[in-house]
Amino acid sequence: MTEVALPEALPQPKRDLLPVLLPVMLALAMLPLIGSSSSWVTLTAASFAMGMMIFIMASGLTLVFGLMDVLNFGHGAFIAVGAYIATLVLLPLASWVQADSLLTNLAVLLPAALAAMAVSGALGLVVERVLILPVYGQHLKQILMTTGGLIVAEQTLYALWGPQIIPLPLPSALRGSFILGDVAISKYRVLAMLVGLTVFAGIQLVLNRTKIGLLIRAGVENREMVEALGYRIRRLFLGVFMTGSALAGLGGIMWALYREQVHASMGDELTVLVFIVVIIGGLGSIGGCFIGALLVAMVANYGGFLVPKLALVSNILLMVAILMWRPRGLYAVTSR
Amino acid sequence: MSELLTLSGVHTHIGRYHILHGVDFSVAEGRTTMLLGRNGAGKTTTLRTIMGLWPASSGEITLAGQRIEHRATPDISRLGVGYVPESMAVFSDLTVKENLILAARDGPLDDSRLEWIFGFFPALKRFWLSRAGSLSGGQKQMLSIARAVVEPRKLLLIDEPTKGLAPAIIVALIECFAELKRRGATILLVEQNFHVAREIGDAVLVMDNGRIVHRGAMADLAADVPLQEKLLGLSLEAHQ
Repeated sequence: MTEVALPEALPQPKRDLLPVLLPVMLALAMLPLIGSSSSWVTLTAASFAMGMMIFIMASGLTLVFGLMDVLNFGHGAFIAVGAYIATLVLLPLASWVQADSLLTNLAVLLPAALAAMAVSGALGLVVERVLILPVYGQHLKQILMTTGGLIVAEQTLYALWGPQIIPLPLPSALRGSFILGDVAISKYRVLAMLVGLTVFAGIQLVLNRTKIGLLIRAGVENREMVEALGYRIRRLFLGVFMTGSALAGLGGIMWALYREQVHASMGDELTVLVFIVVIIGGLGSIGGCFIGALLVAMVANYGGFLVPKLALVSNILLMVAILMWRPRGLYAVTSR
Repeated sequence: MSELLTLSGVHTHIGRYHILHGVDFSVAEGRTTMLLGRNGAGKTTTLRTIMGLWPASSGEITLAGQRIEHRATPDISRLGVGYVPESMAVFSDLTVKENLILAARDGPLDDSRLEWIFGFFPALKRFWLSRAGSLSGGQKQMLSIARAVVEPRKLLLIDEPTKGLAPAIIVALIECFAELKRRGATILLVEQNFHVAREIGDAVLVMDNGRIVHRGAMADLAADVPLQEKLLGLSLEAHQ
């Protein structure tokens, strides 16, 4: 048998750690500007919690973008629907929500979150079959269809629940803060961090340790070859779309409790934010999406504290800066 | 010898372009059939049409007695067709191991089959846990072929496997194809390198302008210099 000369060691790609260090560097750079260390810790914790909620909402969108090449401008509808479905569980059980026991609070929060995810996921199934399926590969039509879908969803929510803002108070046991010296960290923000990190770890586990995850990663890179290996990528598309929609629903209830209110246009408002995160992170990259969400939240919180007038445009400025540095986002995955 | 694959009057359009103009040929079971032709003759389109990646606009494609021209690519693949595209299309974000795990769709990787593959392509064993994106071009081609043969397949469609590779790697590929032949594999192989074609081909098809313009034994074409020049615009000697 012919021996083929082999190199002694395969040149390994360098680990690209710069984007990972970016949030750390940004946080450290803000310390002298903010001045007070307690304010800095509070703002940093708030950023982390907000970043986790944004990540939960955006993670599904980045997979849908990367794997299916679908521009889903209606992603915000799943966020709003998730929040409204949560009110159907949380408001009738207000006495459980207002109980002082954390267990009682969680006993109502968990079913509310599951209901939000189930309905958003099911809505995802309908949207993929009815709106997305006829326009695969046609970006302009995808934008029109999904934007139209978002408007229809928003108006349907107005019709069903009315135009008023629905108050959604935080469960009693999650009110208040943990006090560590001069630093106060909201209990709900700690919960948001835990949920966000769990979702991140869960997605990473699925993507890196299961065959479905391998198929998703392979599909993000080359859908055609996945099909040539005998896998029906359309089914994978549907599964990912439903999972992404369900995660948006979870993000919806998390965000609604964070703001302590629900309104029909919340999905519309958050769509821009999650798109910025997905673009900053690199289409299809969960790691990039995680860092992008953190950066967006940090810029919003630090920016709001230091230069309130810039708060509205801070995310756009961040996106412009990142894209000037890395035009395909922090971690580009796809060739698109 | 029975025919495993048959194309009858296959036409393929890509957008408004008419690429295949009634392609007719058969591939005999257990033999290696070379598909030769100039650039743009329609060789890659033929393989992609068989795989359902660019569906035939008309005509019939039969694999082991079953019509496949209207089937989806995953279904064609599951009938036992392995495909090695010209671009190799390894999943660069996945490791060598993960690429092969995906290719072994019917279950876990078979250790004895893997050792057999490593016998031809030892680089794959050495870089088992390395990302495919960091492999050299030749190693990616080895991985692409390994992916197609990691489980036994009825038919292998291989598109220009030696393109741009170093001579030592080409020799390893030729040995691999020869061993596959000895094991009874049926191969339809697109190749621009006439020497490689002569080494491993039993039968030959030559395409031009989306049609089959010659079919016969590989040995006959290899021995007929004027015919080579007529069909391919270049003789075997000119390849030296």
